[in-house]
Amino acid sequence: MTDLGALLAKATLLVPACVAALLALFPDDRLTARLNSLGALVTFLASTGLFFVRPAAGPFLIVDDVNVVFIVLTTFVGFTTSVFSASYIAHELEQGRLTPVYLRFYHAMYQTLMFAMNLALLANNVGLMWVAVELATLTTVLMVGIYRTPAALEAAWKYFILGSVGIALALFGTILVYLAARSVVGEGLDAMAWNVLVKRASAFDPALLNLAFVFLLLGYGTKVGLAPLHAWLPDAHAEGPTPISAVLSGLLLNVALFAVLRFKMVMAANPGALAPGPLMVTLGLISVLFAAFMLYRRHDIKRMFAYSSIEHMGIITFAFGMGGPIANFAGLLHMTFHSLTKSAIFFSVGHIAQVKGTQAMAEIRGLTVSHPVLGWGLVLGVITIVGLPPMGIFMSEFLIITSTFARQPVLAVALALGLLVALGALLLRLNGLAFGEPRGSSARTEASFVPMFAHLSLVLAAGIYLPPALVSWFQYVAGLLG
Amino acid sequence: MDRLVLDVAHLFAGGLVLVSFLLLYQDRMFGLLNTFALHALVVSLSVAWQAYIQLAPHLYITAAIALVVKAIIIPVALHRIIVRLGIHRTIETVVGIGQTMLAGIALVALSILVMLPITAEAGTLAREDLAFSLSVILLGLLMMISRRNAVSQVIGFMSIENGLILAATAAKGMPLVVEISVAFSILIALIVIGIFLFRIRERFDTVDVHALERFRGEQL
Amino acid sequence: MALILDVLVQFVQLALVLSLAPLLTGYIRKVKSHLLRRRGPSVLQPYRDLFKLLRKEVVLAENASWVFRVAPYIVFATMLIAAALVPTFATGLVFSPAADLIAIVALLGSARFALALAGLDVGTSFGGIGSSREMMIASLAEPAMLMIVFTLSLLAGSTQLSSVSAFLHGPEVGLRVSLAMALVGLIMVAIAENARIPVDNPATHLELTMIHEAMILEYSGRHLAVIEAAASLKLLLYLSLIGCVFVPWGVATAGQGFGAFAVGLIAYIVKLAVGGFLLAVFETVTAKMRVFRVSDFLGAALMLGFLAALLLFVSQSV
Repeated sequence: MTDLGALLAKATLLVPACVAALLALFPDDRLTARLNSLGALVTFLASTGLFFVRPAAGPFLIVDDVNVVFIVLTTFVGFTTSVFSASYIAHELEQGRLTPVYLRFYHAMYQTLMFAMNLALLANNVGLMWVAVELATLTTVLMVGIYRTPAALEAAWKYFILGSVGIALALFGTILVYLAARSVVGEGLDAMAWNVLVKRASAFDPALLNLAFVFLLLGYGTKVGLAPLHAWLPDAHAEGPTPISAVLSGLLLNVALFAVLRFKMVMAANPGALAPGPLMVTLGLISVLFAAFMLYRRHDIKRMFAYSSIEHMGIITFAFGMGGPIANFAGLLHMTFHSLTKSAIFFSVGHIAQVKGTQAMAEIRGLTVSHPVLGWGLVLGVITIVGLPPMGIFMSEFLIITSTFARQPVLAVALALGLLVALGALLLRLNGLAFGEPRGSSARTEASFVPMFAHLSLVLAAGIYLPPALVSWFQYVAGLLG
Repeated sequence: MDRLVLDVAHLFAGGLVLVSFLLLYQDRMFGLLNTFALHALVVSLSVAWQAYIQLAPHLYITAAIALVVKAIIIPVALHRIIVRLGIHRTIETVVGIGQTMLAGIALVALSILVMLPITAEAGTLAREDLAFSLSVILLGLLMMISRRNAVSQVIGFMSIENGLILAATAAKGMPLVVEISVAFSILIALIVIGIFLFRIRERFDTVDVHALERFRGEQL
Repeated sequence: MALILDVLVQFVQLALVLSLAPLLTGYIRKVKSHLLRRRGPSVLQPYRDLFKLLRKEVVLAENASWVFRVAPYIVFATMLIAAALVPTFATGLVFSPAADLIAIVALLGSARFALALAGLDVGTSFGGIGSSREMMIASLAEPAMLMIVFTLSLLAGSTQLSSVSAFLHGPEVGLRVSLAMALVGLIMVAIAENARIPVDNPATHLELTMIHEAMILEYSGRHLAVIEAAASLKLLLYLSLIGCVFVPWGVATAGQGFGAFAVGLIAYIVKLAVGGFLLAVFETVTAKMRVFRVSDFLGAALMLGFLAALLLFVSQSV
């Protein structure tokens, strides 16, 4: 059983790595896109197997309750994004925004990114996780700059600098965690393994853990996009190819937050350590309020949804900072729903940008009239992301606010204010985008709508009925998070 | 611990902080590159000494990597890039050098005050090295903030990495992952530097990030 | 009897310092000339200059106040005391309890203060330039000096020069990067304080480049002689300070007898010769800095002092 589990876990890692190597060598563009999707599909299937069989925890890899759903979610969104990307990139190639050489590079980097994210989720070793997150950052940096326009280069450079600084801080935090563990566990790989750390954390030196967590929160928090460390996020989303924006928002932010969560679990196990809650709550609330107000002044559609990502990451961080079973449960739900919804939105935005030939919102009007499927898809997506019922995000936001209100009414009010402001901004913009007189070109969309609607229907279904198995799993993990 | 052993380690770690200050003081590009080579040299000497004291032979590899890649290859490569691209040879700073140095001293004092009490349980050597490595990291961050030129920002980032190497070797017994991450960082830094500086050069006349700001997209 | 002998030894040191100072200046000039392939003036020339000036008439400006007339003597007196306190061939002499590093810094500060006032006194513009530049240098050099003093006294556990010298001579010092930094900082401060290249050119006649010379531009006769002697004493003081703290080998301790004193004296003269030679070489190979760069230069010395103290603090706290 565990051998099969080990095989599946390794497959989740090896398949993307091998496909990446293959894709770097293959010259034909249509085949590379298909191979990309195929590889993503195989990875997804392998990871679903991990639901049923799990390998024993090794010094380097672990599959436990905390990361198994995230692995499946990541590989699923990776697969659907690769399907979207296949048709989208073909169109970009036709338009001449990308050359075939860069296409190979793009696909190889995509699979490398999948590999890195899977490794970060599956890693049992703190240092290995750090290496994986760094690799993910680097691949996305290269992909953001792929169009090689001045704006794209600026965005990629900013992302590189800020991301690297964040990673450097995170590494220092990692070293401090190792130091704290070493005096209790002894030297060697055990002092860096998650399962060992959580088990023995109560004996660690609290002061060292405090300092470590500050560095880790700042470091990985930069990658999550929490204000005031968010400066790279809007540009990176706006200037990179749309599949990359979808993967960034939907997956990479989640992976970084997952790293923070792991460390939060370690901190929670130590009673003398500083409560990580208030820090996370502060950063989360600042992000929500800041992003909500920034949504009003945006002119570029991708940038606007990038700020929406900042806002939602803020909500999730806030939820985990508040702690307690309900808030943690809601946070986990929100991570999943946001991942699916935001990537769906970016799929539709990608279609829109291709059809209209521009990302400026002033040029895009009346989508439901000129492109009904696309327009209504966008409407559905935005309704989901602002948290209107019956979509899933409504439930998670509702749970967060009620559980916060029971403990800290003022914070709940502030959070609700932020959510309402964001709702207003997005609906206002949606009105302009989707309804009214059509403006801009009326070309037909070339890419596939299936991924977008697949995601949205999942969120809708989960909003109405969440399977009990999933509920109990989330509740169990919420309890672990403390 | 033997007095001489401690003194030598202290010499290298303190010397690294000193060279970080020298990096802050530079106002010419080539001088900056040479000082960075010295920085990498001191780090590799420090790591080699740690390898000797801790009887951890795998750290010699780290020292060799730091020496070859960061003290030799990267400065030479950057030297060629600067010459070929005609990058500005003087480094513009955001505030004057005096204020930068004062801020640097404040950061060193801060990091010493923060790190020393926390690491009370670790050995003398580890405590010193950790305090100094945090100083080097913070000084590298200061350098990144207070410079306008992309090359000097990248060098600031590489000095942060050197500080991290020092910290990682001070944490005695950290597993092989350290070498992997170190080699990784070096390799990728080299690649990306090359790619980015080249690409930036294709579009602009300078590698001054101020010129990049014209393309900032929407202002905040 | 022993007390009288000790006091006598102390006065011998004072006389030694006073008589060696012009010789040191002449020696440095000679070395510089040889490096420039000139024969240069004789090493005894400064003595001749001093005697010549002593015999000349003093020419005072009409609006010179008593400050102008008194300042040279204040400068000379403080400088002589300071130079006499720094151990040369022996530590632990009779006045050594008063030979506190901070006291020496204070004495030097008083001398500088008097000279700056004198430069301002007559109301000429060059005097004003010189005084303001001198004060700018002092505002950086003095904190740097104090940080270096702080470093040394952190190590030795006392600010008294004899104790510092004895400690650094002893075995407990070990290999210390802070000491190296303090040495470099002290050398930088010494160069700035003594108005040497690269901070100031002692042989310049271009008034706009002067710092020290500008302040004494109006002086003549015996006043000028006294001030020149004081400047030589200052150079000797700094060299002796560097020698007794950082190169303490050969220094005798009080009570060791005349044999040890003789050895100490020879060692001292060797140190002066080597120091003077190195200074002359350094001055020949370096160019003078522009005045606004002097603050960077001294800022670096200040940073070195800070850093040395911080590193020492770290190693003593663990």
